[in-house]
Formats: sequence, structure tokens, C-alpha cells
Amino acid sequence: MSSLATSESAEQAPSLPGQFRSNPSRKRPSGPGRSNASQSSPRRTRDNLNGWGFAAPFLAFFLVFLVWPLLYGLYMSLTGKSLTGANDSLIGLANYAEALADADMWHSLGNTLYFTVISTVPLVLVALVMAALVNVGLPAQWLWRLSYFAPYLLASTVVSLFFSWMYNPQLGLINDSLAKIGLPKVAWLNDPNVAMWAIVIATLWWTVGFNFLLYLAAMQNIPAQHYEAASLDGAGAWRQFFSITLPQLTPTTVMIVLLQILASLKIFDQVYQMTAGGPAGSTRPVVQYIFETGFTGYRLGYSAAISYIFFGLIVTVSVMQFFITRRRSA
Amino acid sequence: MATQTLTRPAFRGTSATQLRQPRKKMTAGRAAVLAVAAILAVLWLIPFAWATVTAFKSETDATAPKVSWIPPSGFTADAFVKVFQDGNIPLWTWNSLYTSAAITVITLAISALVAYALSRIDFRGKKVLMTVIIASIIIPPPVLIIPLFYQMVALHMIDTSWAIILPQVIHPAMVFVLKKFFDQIPRELEEAAVMDGASRMRIFTQIILPLSRPILAAVAIFVFISAWNNFLWPFISTNDGSILTLPVGLQTIKSAYGIQYAQNMASALLAALPLILVFLFFQRQIIKGVATTGLAGT
Repeated sequence: MSSLATSESAEQAPSLPGQFRSNPSRKRPSGPGRSNASQSSPRRTRDNLNGWGFAAPFLAFFLVFLVWPLLYGLYMSLTGKSLTGANDSLIGLANYAEALADADMWHSLGNTLYFTVISTVPLVLVALVMAALVNVGLPAQWLWRLSYFAPYLLASTVVSLFFSWMYNPQLGLINDSLAKIGLPKVAWLNDPNVAMWAIVIATLWWTVGFNFLLYLAAMQNIPAQHYEAASLDGAGAWRQFFSITLPQLTPTTVMIVLLQILASLKIFDQVYQMTAGGPAGSTRPVVQYIFETGFTGYRLGYSAAISYIFFGLIVTVSVMQFFITRRRSA
Repeated sequence: MATQTLTRPAFRGTSATQLRQPRKKMTAGRAAVLAVAAILAVLWLIPFAWATVTAFKSETDATAPKVSWIPPSGFTADAFVKVFQDGNIPLWTWNSLYTSAAITVITLAISALVAYALSRIDFRGKKVLMTVIIASIIIPPPVLIIPLFYQMVALHMIDTSWAIILPQVIHPAMVFVLKKFFDQIPRELEEAAVMDGASRMRIFTQIILPLSRPILAAVAIFVFISAWNNFLWPFISTNDGSILTLPVGLQTIKSAYGIQYAQNMASALLAALPLILVFLFFQRQIIKGVATTGLAGT
């Protein structure tokens, strides 16, 4: 805000010499014969036209495909609208009241939170370990980056096909390997107590590469002198990792954790494709519940209301993120 | 990265030799690191390997009760032949390719324009516009699917590629990635052009854009990968088999083939191939792209 104030006053009141003198290279006081006052007004108009002109294409898409659906969805959530076009009338907050009393809604919200909690920890820790290993200076860097990152390039459907096949109770590779080392077979996608963990494992395999790259990029930005100084002081590899690498990575870690939480809250694809939300709704996330109430239950208004409850959750997390990162940087 | 390259020459005389010493001492430690990294790499490659082996089996071998890495009746490309005869995978790959390319081009064009305005032009309402775009970063796409679907029905775009493309071109976070980059380009570079009375558009296309190639490539890669892999929205907005994208098409195959595991794995591998090939060719750019846009995305 303060920067706005200074730039505005500099534009509007060009007679403030201090403003210019403080930064002479930026804006030179105009040459002889050209007064700022006469120049500034047409220039402002041109800037306004140019600014909005350059923003216009993005703004058009933004308004039509983001702002409008956002507002229209809010309106829909207050109606009894159905996919068959029946009841369009406003019914106030009835959808929200119904949703808050809907055990299935709470169950799907609970599943989403459960997935977020149990997936975030391995997705951050394994990424950190991978990056630390590669950053030590292993030979054939491309090989490690390719192996760890390649799954991130796959579509969720491909990942789901791979893992549904490996999780197959009778023919699957995983149960066969378990049997070989004398462990009992597991009904990976059919046991309500295990299914969510099976999804977490597939998700870890699929997406950890993204966090790995973010960590690796951050590690490679840590100045080499830090390590040189530490090794002169006789600090070993472990000591260097915990005393230099980890503390230097703190901002990256905070960012990765928060990005991961927001990504995990949106889970849908791999669940829908691997378990369709089952068994017995034990893996159904809230995005799937939104999809189902809207497109198979035909209740668009009700579905929109659940969307907004979910949105509320995301906003809450984002606001918390904002304050946490604020405090850290302050 | 920059700091390393900058400091290296100054330290070359002393630190290079000092750095090498601890490396030699830690051979045991380095061997352990190598071992753990290798175990992780193997774990991460097994799904690919297992899918490949299965795809080259006959259906009988694939569904044999005994799991085998080397099938009893030998390897065969039957599954791939059958998948190709279906003809769907090439069609869906093409659909994914051109919708993702269109999304990338439009996203890049409109985002770079607005980012330039936010970075360089002082116009009325700029702060408000910036705040609104920043705020919109937190909107999760799944929240919009219901009203967007309804909107597409009203616009008669359901079951057309436009329905897939248009809602995916808004990436508010990428606008800020670009703006940050433009902010760093020295203003002195445009000053001469401004003196000559060049228009904003000319400055943008002839000075700013050529200097921004690395970040444009990074954003393009990030947007392309996310468009290529998007499932939920194309799944909702299209039913017509001829315009399905690869992820959505594969979902239909899964139920159509039922227990044809070799064919399932062959389709999955064929679907995975294009991006893996692209990755092998553009490894550096993709890694940089994901790292910079991911890091700057917040």
C-alpha cells in the first residue's frame, strides 16, 4: 500500500523534487521545454488504456470461466435446481442445512481430511530423503531424477491401472511378494481399513517427484561456502545435513507442506478410478460426493452447496497458511 | 545456482581440493547413500517394469495364478496389436495433444499480456486487479465443476473440444510467475524504445518476450503437463467417444476390457509413452520448469 501511495503522488504531483532526486536514474526530470504537468494527463490516459487493454483477454476468460461460475454456483446453492431443470426457485439456506445434517457429506469430508493427514507426511518426508540422496552428488544424476520424477508425468488413469493391477488380491505383484516373504495376503482395495492406505501408496508413488524436484532445486541453491566452512570445522555429513541443509530449507518445507495439504484436499481422480469411493464409502472423498450428488443424483443446487462448504474448508486452510508464512517471514 | 557459479572461480585455488578430501574419506557413507537411492529407484521403477512385462504377456499368462516375470509361453505383442486395432489410443492421444497445446498457447498468451501490464504499466485499478487475481489462486477447480457444467450446457459447448479447452486457460498463479520475471528485466532496456515512441505492444513483443524465453518455456511445460493429465473436467464435460482425451478414454477402456489385464497394461503404457518421451528429450527444461513455477507458484 505504501508503494502505491508514493508512486501515485509522484505521478500526480510531479513538483515534489525529493521523489525524483531519491531515484535519479529511474525518472529523469524532463528536459527543457517539456513540463511534466502537460505531459502527465495524456500519458495517464494512455497508460490506463494500455493497462486494461493488455489485461482484457485474460480478464475476459477470468470473468466468464471463473468469476461467473463462482457466483452462479453460489446462487445455485441457494436454489433447488436439478439437472432435469425442475425446481429453479430460491430456497434459501435449506441446502446448507441439509448438507450439515448429511452423514454422507461428513463422512466424505472426513475421508478427505484423513487422506490429507496421512498422505502429507510421507509425501514431504520421502521427497526430502530423495532430494538429500541425490544432492550428495551421486553419479548419473539424470537416472535418479528420471526414476523419482517420471511417475508425475503420468495421467491419473495410467497410475490407477498400474496400481489396480499390482493390488489385485489373487494375481497382483504385491500380494505375491508378501507371500514370498511369508506375510499374509491383503485385500488392498477391498478392505475398508486398508483401502485408503493403498490410495496413499499409489499417490506417493505418483506425485512425490514434484516435491522432490522442489526440494532438490532449493538444496542446490544453498551456497557451497556453508558446507565448506562446516567441513573445515570438522562437521560430518549428518551434522551438515541437520545443521545447515534442514534449517536453510525451512521456507521450502513450509511451502511444500502447505502446497501438499491444498493438493491433497482436492483428491478425486485416483480414488474414483481405483475404488470408486468404496468399499462401503470408506475412501469416497468430498469431491466425489459433489460429483455424485450433482451428476448421478441430479441435485445441482445441493451439490453446489456442498462445493461451497468444501470451498470454505480450503479458504480456512489457505488463510491459516497465509498467517503461518507471514509470521515466519516477519 | 547463480551463487554457485559466481563464487566458484574465486574459490577454485583452495576449495576444490578441500572439497575433494572429505569425499574420499566418506566412501562407506557414499556407498550407503548410493544403496538407498538405488533401492528407492528400483521401487519407483517396478510399476513401470511390471506393467511392461504384463503388456507383453498373453492374456492366459497374465491371469495365470502364478505371478511370473518371465511368462511360461513367452513374450508376445498381441495386446499392443489388439489395442492398436481398436484405434482409440491414437485418436485419444491426438485429442489430448491438441487440446493441451491449445490450452498452453492461450494460457501463455493471455497470462503474459496481463502480467506485462501488472509489471510495467501504471494504470488505474491495477492494485485491485492484482488483488483479485491473487485471491483467485485459492479457488479449487472442483468447486466450479457444477456451475461450469451448467454454463457449458447453456453455451452448447458440451461434447466439444471448446468445453475442455476454455475453462482450463486461467492460471492465476502463472500470471504471477510471469510478472515476477518481467519485474526483474531492467527498465533501461526499454527506455530507448520508449524515447523512439514505440508502442507498448511493440516493446512487449520485441523486447520483453524475447528476454523471457526461459520463463515462458517453464510456464508452458507446467501448463501442458497439468492439461495433459487433467481428468475431472474433461471427464464431466465430454461423453462423445471421438473427442475424449487420453485419461478419460482410458477410464472407459478399463471397464470395457474387464479382466483383459495385458490389454489394460498395453493401453496404459501407450498412453504414458508420449510424455515420457518428451521428458527424455527435454529433461532439463522440464525439471527447471516444474521447479521454478512450483517454487514461484506461491
